[in-house]
Amino acid sequence: MDARQTSEQATAPVTTTDRRSDREVVVTRTFNAPARIVFEAWTTPELIMKWWTPASFGITFISCEADVRTGGNYRFVMGHPSFDQPMAFFGKYIEVVPNKRIVWTNEEGDGSVTTVTFEEKDGKTHLVLSDVYPDKAALDEAMASGGIGGFPEQFNQLDTLLKSSN
Amino acid sequence: MVQFYHPPRFDTSFAAISDATRRGVLEQLGRADASITELAKRFDMTLTGMKKHVSVLEQAGFVTTQKIGRVRTCSLGGRGLDEEAAWIERYRQMWAARFAELDKIVEQLKQKEESDGRKADK
Repeated sequence: MDARQTSEQATAPVTTTDRRSDREVVVTRTFNAPARIVFEAWTTPELIMKWWTPASFGITFISCEADVRTGGNYRFVMGHPSFDQPMAFFGKYIEVVPNKRIVWTNEEGDGSVTTVTFEEKDGKTHLVLSDVYPDKAALDEAMASGGIGGFPEQFNQLDTLLKSSN
Repeated sequence: MVQFYHPPRFDTSFAAISDATRRGVLEQLGRADASITELAKRFDMTLTGMKKHVSVLEQAGFVTTQKIGRVRTCSLGGRGLDEEAAWIERYRQMWAARFAELDKIVEQLKQKEESDGRKADK
């Protein structure tokens, strides 16, 4: 076991992102708390609402439902001042291992699957989040639409949905 | 849940593609490079009008142009790898912003756990 710890955690925590492959993007970050606490913040709707949409995004939660267990569903509904319709992000938790791992689908858009793992060491938690897209084209498209704003696309989808249900 | 962070170039980019002619030009260039004269003819516009549209697309990074002799040829792109790097960076910023908030929640939970623990010890 490598017990020697560097003191780099004393500085501001670093968030890294990396395109691992044609269809995968990975984010990492270390938190100064045991995994059970970080997990709690990821799985309790009232807590998710406090951190998932920082003020700088200009987006606010309208509602947050999250049944965080294997097979459970989530639905995050959010609003933004420049759009008159709310937008919904939803999907299913495909795998939930308490304090270790959460896997969910993103069904509102590109069909990506997100896996987040919590690895505890010496009272700190190393978090790895991976977004895997169905194929290269899907990730390329997410990148392209990210460049021109995901909002209009979301709203187009919503408009289509509303029209077809009327 | 990845789609809704703030793209800094949103305004320029969105303005660029909000126009039907410019979207048409992008589609056209997706099939093949074309000169401004060819584009003007195809979209039944003056050369000056088409130059303006191309310049908007160029500023937003959707199109690059190259002048060879007297002909200015337009191609799609210019964003290429830079665009991917920019996307990754925005993605990182989105998560970094979330995680900064998450730090606060985590700290509160830790303190609560510690004070609950102390109460339980008494």
